[in-house]
Amino acid sequence: MNASLLSLAIWVPILGAVPIFWIGSERRTLVRWLSLAVAVAGFLVTIPLYTGFDAAQSGMQFVEQAPWITRFNAQYLLGVDGISMPFILLNSFITVLVVLAGWEVIEDKQAQYMGAFLIMSGLMNGIFSALDGLLFYVFFEASLIPMYIIIGAWGGPNRVYAAFKFFLYTLLGSLLMLVALIWLFLESGGSFNILDWHQLPIGIKPQILIFIAFLVSFAVKVPMWPVHTWLPDAHVEAPTGGSVVLAAIALKLGAYGFVRFSLPIVPDASHYMAPFIIALSLIAVIYIGFVALVQTDMKKLIAYSSISHMGFVTLGFFIFNQIGVEGALVQMISHGFVSAAMFLCVGVMYDRMHSRMIADYGGVVNTMPKFAALFVFFAMANSGLPATSGFVGEFMVILGAIKFNFWVGFAAATTLILGAAYTLWMVKRVVFGDVANAHVAELKDIGGREFLVLGLLAACVLAMGLYPFPFTEVMHASVDNLLKHVAVSKL
Amino acid sequence: MKTLYLLVPLAPLAGAILAGFFGKLLGRTGSHVVTILGVAISFVLSVLIYQDVQAGHLFNGAVYTWMESGGLKLQVGFLIDPLTVTMMLVVNFVSLMVHVYTIGYMAEDPGYQRFFSYISLFTFSMLMLVMSNNFVQLFFGWEAVGLVSYLLIGFWYTRPTAIYANLKAFLVNRVGDFGFLLGIGLIAAYAGSLDYAEVFAKRNELATLTEAVTGWPLITAVCICLFIGAMGKSAQFPLHVWLPDSMEGPTPISALIHAATMVTAGIFMVSRMSPLFELSDTALSFVIVIGAITTLFMALIAIVQTDIKRVVAYSTLSQLGYMTMALGASAYSVAIFHLMTHAFFKAVLFLGAGSVIIAMHHEQDMRRMGGLRKYLPITYATMLIGAFANAGLPPFAGFFSKDSIIEAVHLAKVPGAGFAYFCALAAVFVGGLYSFRLIFFTFHGKERFREAAHDAHGHDAHHDDHGHHGSAEPHESPKVVTVPLILLSIPAIASGWLIGTMLYGNWFGGAITIADAHKGLATMAHEFHGVLGMMMHGVTTLPFWLAISGAATAWYLYIVRPDLPAVIKKKSGVLATILEEKYGFDRFNDWFFAGGARLIGRGLWKGGDQVLIDGVMVNGSASVIGGTAGLVRLIQSGRIYRYAFSMVFGVLALLTFAWWSVFSRIL
Repeated sequence: MNASLLSLAIWVPILGAVPIFWIGSERRTLVRWLSLAVAVAGFLVTIPLYTGFDAAQSGMQFVEQAPWITRFNAQYLLGVDGISMPFILLNSFITVLVVLAGWEVIEDKQAQYMGAFLIMSGLMNGIFSALDGLLFYVFFEASLIPMYIIIGAWGGPNRVYAAFKFFLYTLLGSLLMLVALIWLFLESGGSFNILDWHQLPIGIKPQILIFIAFLVSFAVKVPMWPVHTWLPDAHVEAPTGGSVVLAAIALKLGAYGFVRFSLPIVPDASHYMAPFIIALSLIAVIYIGFVALVQTDMKKLIAYSSISHMGFVTLGFFIFNQIGVEGALVQMISHGFVSAAMFLCVGVMYDRMHSRMIADYGGVVNTMPKFAALFVFFAMANSGLPATSGFVGEFMVILGAIKFNFWVGFAAATTLILGAAYTLWMVKRVVFGDVANAHVAELKDIGGREFLVLGLLAACVLAMGLYPFPFTEVMHASVDNLLKHVAVSKL
Repeated sequence: MKTLYLLVPLAPLAGAILAGFFGKLLGRTGSHVVTILGVAISFVLSVLIYQDVQAGHLFNGAVYTWMESGGLKLQVGFLIDPLTVTMMLVVNFVSLMVHVYTIGYMAEDPGYQRFFSYISLFTFSMLMLVMSNNFVQLFFGWEAVGLVSYLLIGFWYTRPTAIYANLKAFLVNRVGDFGFLLGIGLIAAYAGSLDYAEVFAKRNELATLTEAVTGWPLITAVCICLFIGAMGKSAQFPLHVWLPDSMEGPTPISALIHAATMVTAGIFMVSRMSPLFELSDTALSFVIVIGAITTLFMALIAIVQTDIKRVVAYSTLSQLGYMTMALGASAYSVAIFHLMTHAFFKAVLFLGAGSVIIAMHHEQDMRRMGGLRKYLPITYATMLIGAFANAGLPPFAGFFSKDSIIEAVHLAKVPGAGFAYFCALAAVFVGGLYSFRLIFFTFHGKERFREAAHDAHGHDAHHDDHGHHGSAEPHESPKVVTVPLILLSIPAIASGWLIGTMLYGNWFGGAITIADAHKGLATMAHEFHGVLGMMMHGVTTLPFWLAISGAATAWYLYIVRPDLPAVIKKKSGVLATILEEKYGFDRFNDWFFAGGARLIGRGLWKGGDQVLIDGVMVNGSASVIGGTAGLVRLIQSGRIYRYAFSMVFGVLALLTFAWWSVFSRIL
C-alpha cells in the first residue's frame, strides 16, 4: 500500500472527476457531495506521506517506478523528498477548500467546474512527485489546461485577453524547457531520470544555456519580474477557486522547478547567475510592493502582493544557505495558506457585491463583523506578523539574506513596511470606516460554510506561525543534501 | 516554577480568548470578570515570582523549540530575573487598574467585550515581550503589542481619524521594526544564536568584528539597528509622529498602552541589551542625542495643545525622551526606575483625563472646561498628584527618577551629553509649565463649559448616552473609575522612595551590565544619602527651581492673567505656528512618504508594467505572433476549450496506461 501512495494522490482526484462529469450538473447536490468526498479522499491518501515520512533520510521516498514510453526510456517514476512532500499535502488540502468554496457560488456547469479542479489537483500532485523529466513535463503542461478552462469558462468579462496573455507567456517558457529536457536526455545517454541528471557533469556554457531555458519557464510561473504581468490579469478574470489554486499552488510550480531542476542539475550556472536572480527577486519585492500600493482592484492588489511574496522565495533559493532555502520553502507553504485565504475573502465579498473595487467598499466590519475579524487576521498574516505563518518564511529569508550580504537583507526587509502598507491600507478602506453605501449596509455576514473554509485556513496560518518546527523538520535532510550537492562543481 | 511562569502570560490570554470568542455568551459582566480574573491571577503570580527572585531564584530556560534551521535553534522561553520581574509587576499592576477602570469608562460602549478581550490580549503580548529569553520571542511580543495597539487605536472603527491614526501607528512602527529586524539579523549572522545568554556570552568577541559588506563596526551597527526599533515603539524623534494620533483610541488604552507599558518596551529592550550597548560609545551617543531632542522638543509642543489627552500624550513623549537619555548615559537602572514611576503617574494623568472626559460628556478640548475642581474633587486631587510627579517636584515619584536622570546625563561622558544636559534642564521648566497649565486650564478659572456647550463636538462623541451637552452639572465619576485612580496615585507619590533600593542597592543584580568606563551611576551612588537627603539637596538645585518657575509661569498665565496667552500667541507669530504645526512632521510625512510612495507606485505600474512590459514587450510580440497565427488559424476550429478538453483526455489516456502498469503490478 505504501508503495502506491503517490499514485493514489495523483489518481484519486483525477479518476474521481470522471463520475462527476458523468452525473452532470443537473444533479447539483450529488455533484457537490461527491466532489467533496473525492477531494477529502484525495487529501486523506496524502496524510500517510507525512506520517510515514522518514525525516532523517535525504533521498527520495515512496518511490514508484514502471516503464512508460520505453522507446525514449521515459518512466513512470514518482518519489518525494522533504522538499516536495509538503506541497502534495498543501495541494490536496487546498482542493478540499476550493470544492467547499464553490459549493453554492458556482451555478453554471458545476460538475465541470468541480471536475476541472479535481483533475488539476491530481496533475499538480503529479508535478510535485514526478522524477522523470518527460513525465514532469507532461504534468506541468497538462496542468495549464484545466486552469485555462476554469478561467475561460467561469471567468470574468475580459477573460480572452487574460487567457491569451497566460498562454503566450507560458508557451514560450515551456518550449525552451522542453529543449533543455531533450538536451539533457541526449547528453545523459538516453535517460529522463531527473536524479541521473543531478549527477551528470556538464560544461559551464551548456549549463548556462540550460539554466536560462529553465529560468524562462520557471520565471513565468513564479512569476518573477518582468514576466509577471499575466498574473494580475489572470487573477482578475479567474473565479475565486481559480485564483485560490493559482496563487496557492500554481505559483509554487515554478519555484519548485528551481530546486528540483536548476540548482542541482546546473549548480555552477546557478552560482554564476545568482546575483542576477537575486536582483530580480529584490525588484519583485520592492517594485511590486510599490505597485501593489496603488491598486484599486482588490484582486489585483493581492496578485501583486503574491508576486512580491514569491520574490522572497526565489531570493531564499539563490542565497544558498540553509535558513534561506528552508525559509523560501516555508514561505511557499505559508503563501499557499495566506494568499488562498486572501482570495477567498475577496471572493466572499465579490459574491455579495459583484465588485472587486476598493472604492465600492468601506465599513464592511459594521455589517460583517465575523468576516472582518478573519479578513484582518489574514491581512496581518500577509503583512508578516509574528505568530502567523507569514512571518516565519520572511523572517528566515531575511536572516539568511543578511548573512549572505547585509544590503540584500536590507532591501528584502523593506517588505516589512511595504507589505504592511499595501495590505493594511486596503483593509482600512474596505473593512473599517462608516458604512460606505447602501450595498454595504445590506451585506450578510459569512455563513457556516464560508466560516469553515476561512476558519480552517486561519487555523493553519496560526499553527504554522506558532509552531513551524514540524514543517522545517521534514526539510532539513533534503535541503542539506541539496546545498551540499549545489556546492560541488560539475565542471 | 516553570508552570507558574507559563501561567503568567497564559492567564490573560485565556481571558482574552474567552471574552473575544464567547463574549456574547458570557455577557458584559462575564467578560469583564474573566479578563480581570486573568490579569489578577497574573499579578498575584508576579508578586510570588518577585519574592522568589528576591530569594535568589533566577530562571533562564526554554518552553519549546519554535524552529530549527541552518544551525540556529529558535526557542520560546523565559528569562526571569530582577529586570523582568520589575516589568511584570508594573505591567500587571497598571493593567489590572485599567481593566477595572474600563468597567466604568466603557460602560455604554457596544464593543465592551471586544475591548476587554483586546486589553487582555495586550497584557499577554506585553508579558511575552518582557519575559522572553531570546530575540525571536521579543520580536513576537514587540509586534503583537503593535497589533493590539493597532486594533485599539482603531477601536471606534467608524471614525475616520481613528482608522487613519491606527494605520499610521502601525506603519511608523514598522519603520522602526525594519531596523530592529536588521539588528536581529546581524546578531544571528555573527553570533550564530538568538538566545540572549548565548549572544551576551560572545559579546567581547563581537566587539572586535566589523560587518563584512559595509565595513561598519559590528556592535555599533547592531546597537543602532536595535535602537531604531526602540525609536519606533518608544516614539522617539523622528518616529514619534504616531503617538499623539494614537489618542484617537479610548482613554484606558492611552493610559495602559500609550503611556505606561507598550511605549516603554523600547526602553526595556535597550536596558535588556545593556551588555551590547555598553560596548559602543557611538551607539550610546546616538541614543542620548535622540533622547535629548525628543525630551525638549516634544515638551514644547505640549504647551500649545488644547486637547487634554494630547497634552498628556506630548508629555509622555517628553518623559520617554528622558528615559532614552538615561539609557544613553549608561544609567539603565535609572531609565527603568523612571519607566516605573512614570507608568504610575502617567496612568493617573491619563485615567484622570478620561474621568474629566466622561464628566464633560466626551469633550476633550480644555478651552471648554475650567473650574472643574469642585465638581470632580477626587479626579482633581489625583491629577494634581500626577502633575506634581510629572513636573518632578519632591516628594512625588517623578522627582526622584527625573532628578536622577538629569544627574546621570550631567555625569555622562559620551559625545552629545552636554547637549542632552541642556535639553534635560530646559525641559524641566517646560514640564512644570505644561503640567500645571493642564491643571489650571481644566480645574481652575472660569467654568467655560457653560458657554460653549452647544457647539461642542468632542472626539469621543460617537455615543452620547450621558445626556445632552450642558443639561446637567458635571459630576464625579463612579467608583470603578475613581478607585483605580486613587490606587494608582499612591505609587505615583511613593514609588520614588524606592530609589535607594532600586538604583543603589543591588536591585537589578546581573541583569544590567555597565562598562567600567561609564562611572556616572557609581558616582551618584557615592553621593546618595537617603530619600530625605536627596529631597533636601534637591530643593537647592537648578532643576527644582526650573520646575517651580515653570509651574509659577503657568499660574501667572492661566490664573492671574488668563488674557495673556492669547496675546503671547499673537506676538510670537511664526514660533507659535511652528509649535502648533508640530514642526511640520505630519505634513512632511504625508507629502513626502505617503505621497511619494503612491507616486512611485503609480509610476512603476503605469510606466513599467503597463507601458514598458505589457505595451512594448507582451503586446508587441503578440501582434507579431498574431500576424503569423492568422495563417495557421485557417486550419483550426477556434474553440479553445474543445482543444483543451481533448488535450486533457489525451494526457489522461497516456497516464492511465502508465498508471495501469503500476496498478497491475501491485495487484
